[in-house]
Amino acid sequence: MAHDGTASPTGTGNTELVRVATSEHRLARYGLIATALTFVGLFLVLPLAAVFTEAMRNGPGEFLTVLSDPETFAAIKLTLLVAGIAVPLNLAFGIAAAWAIAKFEFKGKAFLTTLIDLPFSVSPVISGLVFVLLFGSHSLLGPWLQSHGIQILFAVPGIVLATVFVTFPFVARELIPLMQEQGTSDEEAALSLGASGWQTFWHVTLPNIKWGLLYGVLLCNARAMGEFGAVSVVSGHIRGLTNTMPLQVEILYNEYNFVAAFAVATLLALLALVTLVLKSLLEMKYSAQIAASRRH
Amino acid sequence: MTARTASLWQIRQPSVIPGFGLALGVTLSWLTLIILIPLSGLVWRSSALGWATFWELATDQRTVNALRISFGTAFLAALINVFFGVVLAWVLVRYRFPGKRVIDAMVDLPFALPTAVAGIALTTLYAPNGWIGSLLTPLGIKIAFTPLGIVFALVFVGLPFVVRTVQPIMEEIDKEVEEAAATLGANRLQTIRRVLLPGLAPAVLTGFALAFARGVGEYGSVIFIAGNLPYVSEIAPLLIVIRLEEFNYPAATAIAAVMLVISFAMLLIINMIQAWSRRRYGYGA
Repeated sequence: MAHDGTASPTGTGNTELVRVATSEHRLARYGLIATALTFVGLFLVLPLAAVFTEAMRNGPGEFLTVLSDPETFAAIKLTLLVAGIAVPLNLAFGIAAAWAIAKFEFKGKAFLTTLIDLPFSVSPVISGLVFVLLFGSHSLLGPWLQSHGIQILFAVPGIVLATVFVTFPFVARELIPLMQEQGTSDEEAALSLGASGWQTFWHVTLPNIKWGLLYGVLLCNARAMGEFGAVSVVSGHIRGLTNTMPLQVEILYNEYNFVAAFAVATLLALLALVTLVLKSLLEMKYSAQIAASRRH
Repeated sequence: MTARTASLWQIRQPSVIPGFGLALGVTLSWLTLIILIPLSGLVWRSSALGWATFWELATDQRTVNALRISFGTAFLAALINVFFGVVLAWVLVRYRFPGKRVIDAMVDLPFALPTAVAGIALTTLYAPNGWIGSLLTPLGIKIAFTPLGIVFALVFVGLPFVVRTVQPIMEEIDKEVEEAAATLGANRLQTIRRVLLPGLAPAVLTGFALAFARGVGEYGSVIFIAGNLPYVSEIAPLLIVIRLEEFNYPAATAIAAVMLVISFAMLLIINMIQAWSRRRYGYGA
């Protein structure tokens, strides 16, 4: 932070000397900045620019035609539906898990925290595979489900389940360190003044964690809407029915319908940009009430 | 005496905060339903294969090659990310330049951008007729549709893991340590090599492990740029998908089991690095 040596006790006359001694040569500095910027340009900025350029290749007219296609519309609707179910479920779970883990001391807590993080270390394809093995026609449950006419795989429930699996840790992971840091004294004060458990949660805990909560929901939602591998395995790729937006992008691309693929991709890229802007705003304004900006 | 005996058998320490039963109940049920039952299904299905069948499936040449490609490219990509990630984190923590805020926010793009979108965008850039690919083709360098393309996609997805693990630790470095080194006659390069980098090592290792673990399992961004030639540029997650489409569930299960075992070993190593780092340096990575 204070890299011009303001914090050092050497006095004002030596500030320049300290700066020279604890910083790189100007050429090295420029070289490092140039390296970093080139890398960011090649790997982050150009891909993003490519999405928008390719989508507009044949002008905005075709871009809009693609977006008004009923299949695209169905994919958008399905993506919103899946995220609309998965995010609130994991939000409720995240609050419960954080409450249990952060506010109490109990045996097996560290193990429980590790289990919650498990989906992060599992390949998305395997996250989809486990549900195929559980509900597929060769599984234990498969024949029973079939005889009762319940369709989970290659249908919306399977897509929701796979998405819930993949986005499982996001809210909990954000809330646990935040609530651990805040401790229990606020809640104890409220309870001793006669508030009920729910009142304490709504009026004391929730206001304390709301920005952290929003941060977790933001990341959870971005992943839920963008998940590809897990959803691809369980979806069955039925056009207009079980294709989410990322799957629609894949299908259009594999049909060499590049403009259409990039047009749908534009919407997902915009989602990513909005997520990044909101995330940066939250980090800037409420860094004290967000755990992730310090841990990641 | 009775109170003390009771506390020995208590699962949790007493607290005035209510809702422990409800919160833990919800957590455990949801965890069991969504994570534990499906994952144990995979373990059960792979153990039902029997050791001989499992070994035969796991050592199939195409499977071995796919695993080798997945782990090899992920390793290389994580190494590249360690170098550029540390440079990027250093530049973001130490220097001032126009657009720094935007660059800092952009680092998280791979977290936010759906992998399929990243995949088709990178393919478009690095294909032989793409923006960058067309500049490299005359030089005889081919990136897309080769294993090198896989590495490029994995560099993209892994970058934020390294930067975001190293960055906070760099911010914590006490400037006085560098001043002390300079006072004792170290030149800048010596200070960086002997004083700064050793302190960053645990964070760098953790970032490397996270990027590596993510790269091994990555699917969406890779399949477009890889070319997916069996034995050459076919990654393990793609082979699982192919086996599933052939209804060859035993083979898919076996590949998944091998990947899971290696990933969990990685997770264990990450936790050990962090515990060691907390003991050694007083702060975790």
